[in-house]
Amino acid sequence: MTTVLSARGLRKWYGKGDGLVRAVRDVDLEVAPGETVAIMGPSGCGKSTLLHLLGGLDRPDAGEIKLAGRRIDELGERALARLRRDAVGFVFQSFHLMDELTAVENVELPALLAGRSPRTARRRAIELLDRTGLGDRAGFLPSALSGGQRQRVAVARALANDPLVVLADEPTGNLDSTATLDVLRLFDDLHEAGQTLVIVTHDSRIAATADRLISMRDGEFTDETRLTGGTTGSLGKLAGLES
Amino acid sequence: MATVQQEVVLAMLAKEPSHGYELRARLKQALGPVGEDLNAGQVYVTLTRLEKAGLVVSTPNPGQPERPDRKVYELTAPGQHRVAEWLAEVSWPRPDLTEFHLKLIAAAAAKLADPLAIVDAQRRELLRRLRDAQRAALALPAETTSDAALLLEGIVLRLQADLRWLEACERTWTIRRDQ
Repeated sequence: MTTVLSARGLRKWYGKGDGLVRAVRDVDLEVAPGETVAIMGPSGCGKSTLLHLLGGLDRPDAGEIKLAGRRIDELGERALARLRRDAVGFVFQSFHLMDELTAVENVELPALLAGRSPRTARRRAIELLDRTGLGDRAGFLPSALSGGQRQRVAVARALANDPLVVLADEPTGNLDSTATLDVLRLFDDLHEAGQTLVIVTHDSRIAATADRLISMRDGEFTDETRLTGGTTGSLGKLAGLES
Repeated sequence: MATVQQEVVLAMLAKEPSHGYELRARLKQALGPVGEDLNAGQVYVTLTRLEKAGLVVSTPNPGQPERPDRKVYELTAPGQHRVAEWLAEVSWPRPDLTEFHLKLIAAAAAKLADPLAIVDAQRRELLRRLRDAQRAALALPAETTSDAALLLEGIVLRLQADLRWLEACERTWTIRRDQ
C-alpha cells in the first residue's frame, strides 16, 4: 500500500509513578492517499494525543512518523513548524479562528505565512470559501457566523496551503445536528476530491463517513473495520418497513 | 420486498378518493430512498383486501378496463372510523436490547467470547447502517427539507442512540475485564 502518512511504534506517556498515563502505546498506522480514516474512542483514550503527534504538534517518546515518506519526528523546531504550516491542515473542535480577522482573512493567513503574495492568497481564500459554501460571508467576523459556518471557515483555512493531509479533532463536537450535516457534507466533498483525512471523534455520524474506522481504547488500537464497499442492504428495513 | 401496513394505505385515502397509482406516488414521495424496495404491487393487493373487508369501495373508471390500478377507491364509513382509530393509537416499535445485553452476560459468564469483541462487531454493523442512511440523506438536495429527509433523520438518530448505548456497554465491560 502506498501511504501518505504512517506511524510505527508510536508512544507518548505523561506523568510518572501512580500518575503515569500511557496516552499512546506503540501505535502503528498507515493512511493511504485519498483515504478518510476515523479514529473513535471514549474521551481519554489517547486519540487527541495521537492526532497531535501525527501532525507534529507534539513529539512522541518513541516511534517514528512519516509524512510523504519523510521522517517528521526527527525534524528540528523550525522545520517542523514549516511542515505543519505547509503540509498539514488542522481542524479543531473549538474552531480556533482569529476573532479580530474576517473569514477571508482567517483563510488566507496560512498562505501569507507561507510567503504567497497577498493577491494569490486572497484569490485562493475566496475560492476556498466558495467551495465551503461561504462565499457570501467572506467579510464577516467569526462572531457574526454560526458555529457550523465558523467550522467551515476553519476547514477552508486548513486547505489554504493544499495540505497532504487534513487532521480533524472532534470537528463536529460543538455543533448542532443541522450544522453537523453541513460539515459532513463538506468532508464528503473533500473526500470525493481526493483529500486525505484523519478524523478523531466520538461522534458516530462523522465516523460513519470514513472509509476505515479504528477503535481506540487505553492508548491502543483495539478494532479496525472498513466501512466502504457494499451496503447493509435495504434502507427500508432500517426504517422498520415490513418485509 | 418491503411492505407498508394496511392502515397506511387506508389513511392515505382519507384525503380524497384516489387511484391506486396515486397512492403509490404519494408513498414514494414520503419515503424517498427508504421506499426504494417497496413492493410495487402491494398497494393494489392491500386495496383489494380492504375492499373485501368493507373499509373501501371502488368505482371503475368509465372506458377503462376493470383493473385495480384503474379504479378509484374511497373510504367507507367503517374505513373512516378505522383511520381515526389508527391515528389515535400510540404504537412505537420496541427496540430489542435485551437479547444483546444477555448475550454479553452469557459470553462473559461462560468465558466463551470476549464481550468487548461482541460490542466491536455490533458497532461495525451499526456504523455501516449509519453510513448507508447518512449517504442517502446527503444525496438529497441540501436546501429543501423533504419528507424523506425527515424520515432519514429519524433512522440516523436511532442508530446514534444505539451506538451510544454500545459505548456504555464498552465502558462497563472494560471496567469488569480490568477488575
